[in-house]
Amino acid sequence: MATTRTRSAGSGTITVLNPQGYPPRITAAPMAPRLDGLDGKTVYLVDPRFDDSGIFLKQLQACFEEHLPRVTTRYVQMRSVYTRDDPETWEEIKANGDAAIIGVGH
Amino acid sequence: MPQARYVFVPQPVMGKSPRELRGYVDGKDPVTGRPVMQEIIEGLTVPVETDLRGITFERLTPRLVEPGTEENLHRLFRENNWTDQLPIILPTEERVAAMLACTSRKPGEVVGHMRPTAFREVWEYTVEKVAVNAVMSGARPEYFPVILALAASEASARGSTTSSAAAMAVVNGPVRHEIGMNSGIGALGPYNHANATIGRAYGLLSQNLQGGSEPGLTYMGSSGNNYSYNSVTFAENEERSPWEALHVQHGFRPSDSAVSVFGGCRSTAFTLGLPEKHWREHVRNMLRGMDAHSAPTLLLDPITARQFIDRGGFDTKEKLIRWVYENALMPADEYWDYQLIQNYIYPRATFGEEPYASRLKAAPDELIHMFTPEEVQVVVVGGETNGYWRIMGAPYRTTVSVDQWR
Repeated sequence: MATTRTRSAGSGTITVLNPQGYPPRITAAPMAPRLDGLDGKTVYLVDPRFDDSGIFLKQLQACFEEHLPRVTTRYVQMRSVYTRDDPETWEEIKANGDAAIIGVGH
Repeated sequence: MPQARYVFVPQPVMGKSPRELRGYVDGKDPVTGRPVMQEIIEGLTVPVETDLRGITFERLTPRLVEPGTEENLHRLFRENNWTDQLPIILPTEERVAAMLACTSRKPGEVVGHMRPTAFREVWEYTVEKVAVNAVMSGARPEYFPVILALAASEASARGSTTSSAAAMAVVNGPVRHEIGMNSGIGALGPYNHANATIGRAYGLLSQNLQGGSEPGLTYMGSSGNNYSYNSVTFAENEERSPWEALHVQHGFRPSDSAVSVFGGCRSTAFTLGLPEKHWREHVRNMLRGMDAHSAPTLLLDPITARQFIDRGGFDTKEKLIRWVYENALMPADEYWDYQLIQNYIYPRATFGEEPYASRLKAAPDELIHMFTPEEVQVVVVGGETNGYWRIMGAPYRTTVSVDQWR
């Protein structure tokens, strides 16, 4: 087996197979429209519960309260580990929120 | 996701005080150099410029690489991160055909789907694609059904966790002898062609069939893991084991050939034998020293397997597994303080998932179980030169039939 070759067009060249798999077809999902402004809006702060992300988001929440007091922030935790989808939380945000920040990722 | 709005803060977030993290919020994005809060507000309010609605992206993988000299093709494979940086065998059509001749499956049959992490896109691969990677590893065609079974597990040996996890693979049944695998002296070392190349093929096929394993892009293991070179691949020493074989424990017949896949392989503990006076304490110390999130798989030399029977009366693997479960204990306060437990177990516990929810009710100094009995595994391997044994922090994932891929 070690000496087998597929000769190709040029002398001394060989042809080999591509080792990569097949990527999926991607259909773009549009981003949600951005807000005109944040005054009077409700922004969810979604905690994936990874590497102390909750402590970080509460500091972000404090910053909103100090500098953007007309924005309502709601801190929520994902209902399990970040590797699992959480449709209940997404539905809650759609029903009661205007925007969401998810963090911290890695 | 070219339009997604990201804002970066310094790493790590883990272990920082609230004051330090407030500094992150008030500070600058280390990637762009712009204020974090300004970027957050802009991310929520600056209009999305391009509407990608309805647009699809079709990406093709050509069957062949452009012809080239051997030297140039070796360079191309290295530069494309299609290798493990060691020399490979170039996958010519003849070599791939020889590999394909050792399975009854059609070259175009889909074997499975794989991705480096739970959030990445899933790539698809066929029998021929697995054969290409098997050739690259230096595997002989007669190993191909084992390699196909590993591919069919759909468990990547090149996961992109920042924890630098490797895989582990244990082969059972008649195929071990048919292809000359080693389960005796040096079974986990670089001394057997089948062990070495099957494990290497598992790594290569994972990185190439899942869409890559490139540091900083599709591989984020902070320190990396030498176990990844051949995914700790070996055969169980069934002939010298006093117990049921691993694949039989997982529903196969002794006459079946199968391969079992483990993930999260990082932590290792080892010792020599089971001294009569304090063997229980020694094993407990080893278990306590393991990563509390990665369930233990005991790799026992046959000498140690028999000693476990002599010392503890464990005449079945199940009895030993039960003892390990009952003795892998830790004060609740210490257990819940582990960062990995906080990341992956605590969220499940707080939403009522058992047995974690019950563990969460324990008093801080109460001893709680680190693992469940189902998570603990035992494999017999080694050549009886001595009674050394080890525990791998390597959670069991699945067992796949090799016979189905012949």
